[in-house]
Amino acid sequence: MTELKKHEPTTVYIKPTKGLSSLNLRDLWVYRELVFFMVWRDIKVKYKQTLLGMAWAVIQPVMTMLVFTFLFDRVAKLPTEGIPYPIFAFTALLPWGLFVTALNQGSRSLVAHNNMVTKIYFPRLILPMSSVFAGLVDFAIAFVILVGLMFYYQFVPAWNLIWTLPLFLLLAIITALGVALWLSAINVQYRDVNQALPFLTQFWLFATPVAYSASVISEQWQILYSLNPMAGVVNGFRWALLGTGNGPDITLWVSVGISILIFISGLFYFRSMEKTFADTI
Amino acid sequence: MATAISVKNIGKQYKIGAAETKFRYNMLRDVIVDTFTAPVRIAKAMIGKSDRRMNQNYVWALKDVSFDLEEGKVLGIVGRNGAGKSTLLKILSRVTEPTTGTVTVRGRVGSLLEVGTGFHPELSGRENIYMNGAILGMKRSEIDSKFDEIVDFSEVNQFIDTPVKRYSSGMYLRLAFAVAAHLEPEILVVDEVLAVGDAEFQKKCLGKMNDVAQQGRTVLFVSHNMSAILRLTQEAIVLNKGQMIMRGNTQEAVDYYLSSGQSQAGEKIWDAEDLPVASAEFTPISLKVKDRSGKVVDTIRSTEPVTLEFEYQLNSSITGLRVGLYISTMRGEYIFTSFDTDDAALYENFDTRSAGRYVSRAEIPADIFNEGRYMVGVNASSFGVKRYFMDENALAFSVDISGAPGTQWGEPRVGPIRPRLNWKIEKLD
Repeated sequence: MTELKKHEPTTVYIKPTKGLSSLNLRDLWVYRELVFFMVWRDIKVKYKQTLLGMAWAVIQPVMTMLVFTFLFDRVAKLPTEGIPYPIFAFTALLPWGLFVTALNQGSRSLVAHNNMVTKIYFPRLILPMSSVFAGLVDFAIAFVILVGLMFYYQFVPAWNLIWTLPLFLLLAIITALGVALWLSAINVQYRDVNQALPFLTQFWLFATPVAYSASVISEQWQILYSLNPMAGVVNGFRWALLGTGNGPDITLWVSVGISILIFISGLFYFRSMEKTFADTI
Repeated sequence: MATAISVKNIGKQYKIGAAETKFRYNMLRDVIVDTFTAPVRIAKAMIGKSDRRMNQNYVWALKDVSFDLEEGKVLGIVGRNGAGKSTLLKILSRVTEPTTGTVTVRGRVGSLLEVGTGFHPELSGRENIYMNGAILGMKRSEIDSKFDEIVDFSEVNQFIDTPVKRYSSGMYLRLAFAVAAHLEPEILVVDEVLAVGDAEFQKKCLGKMNDVAQQGRTVLFVSHNMSAILRLTQEAIVLNKGQMIMRGNTQEAVDYYLSSGQSQAGEKIWDAEDLPVASAEFTPISLKVKDRSGKVVDTIRSTEPVTLEFEYQLNSSITGLRVGLYISTMRGEYIFTSFDTDDAALYENFDTRSAGRYVSRAEIPADIFNEGRYMVGVNASSFGVKRYFMDENALAFSVDISGAPGTQWGEPRVGPIRPRLNWKIEKLD
């Protein structure tokens, strides 16, 4: 047993918070290691007791890509601006996979860990955050597959634009986290979210240019279309990696704006609901 | 001495009937319906036909609780279920927010509200130690330095790399408690953890708690186990229906708690609203302590027989019902148990009791109890079938020993009973 350290203990004031509570980012910093452990645990546990293990991280996007290739390339013959369809679809599936994981895992994160929420204190933000970050591992694996695909089709990526990719990845994370914040907090009180998620995911997939090119949308609808922040993310990925589309224009900035709006409002909504999580969960 | 915890006018309001209305309020649909009917409701309220839901939907789980606790003190918290103990601990450990009032806490609060929170069955013991440590707010370096100590304490050394889903429940609990116990916070909040594990391990836990207290840490200890409270704390507060009704040295507080909620006159009358739903078939009415002349008394004389009378209502006929009395000391040690159908003849005659009002009356002979205060618990059940009602702390009574065997010396005698034994002294040579 080590001796009690003789440092001045920090004082905590507990009182009812009113209105928009402060974001308390200091606590998030204090608990930063917990984020790391949660992500590490999610990854570690995800493929436990499965026959194929980590191979699932490869199988899932590849199968989706094959189905898309058959349906939209061979049957529907959608235009891809001269890009081999598998590469075209897979580039979009990268951020989309990240987003779907965040949507599903993130939205359920608080309810799934309700024993933690009702028993101990820690910044609740950590739960949806770590769900989103855990998706980055699958993203990295899928990225390696994309590189493989490019070699196979001897496709030369847009080298001059590729440096912008991290920015679009950041945009994808912000969007995913923003949506996860909203849905996870709502899910604490209304489990309807659980029921709505499969439908929401499907609907969102069709509203995002994953299987098709955004250029099939006619000019006058482009701004409305970009209200879906994932449209901006996917277009951005294609632009940075494949060089398709117009690059940053008004539609991208609309998507970025919506994305940041969802994220900031999600943060505040989450924080204002946080104090009752333990009571209502 | 500095103040470790300062609680000022803490209150916590909950929506009542959470379980009952869960279905209703957890559906968006109802909220939508609610939204549309809101104008009608508000209009009704304005013309005076206010909807009673608006006023009755909330209950104070905790109200106006204030106390200060100095650094290094161990404070016991006692109270019945629903008295607000857990709510208080949850507020202190920041799990939930108070509705009113403020708390100032100096130092890190480690809570043992439930050990093993965040344990994942697929992870090994080693991995869970790190995971759980991080959840409890430990730094990685801190866990590294205490890792061996934790493993030794938990006694699971050889299984440390086995997934915890393969652990026995005892091993699981030991490991979980070991992590929590090594957190070394300035303030430790403990809720009933000592109920876990075998006797050997419980002893170890108690030892650990003593260590913690002796190192100058502040401990808040909630338990239903009065002997644990008496052993570990010098001071205690008593909560009743969300309010702090007493603070004092532990012995006084425990005595007060055990005899509170009952009138001082030696009888307990149950309010219909206090009863659990499960007792719909069996409704207790009253429990009385009567002396030889039939008067209801709080203090009995050990040299006289005493009668315990339990009156109850059966709302439907029950087969195999037995009504029992449990007599225990204030420290929670049982002295004896007796059932109204212990006698073979009564057992036959009252095989089935039809609906109606009954009284089960037991006479306890003279010369049983030693001086002190005793607790009567009641229980109604069909053996092996169902328990209809149980109140372990229904009523307390005192025993006066004037005239009892051995009182000529005036020294206190140990042990809860003071029987008049048939002594013979013979001279052998």
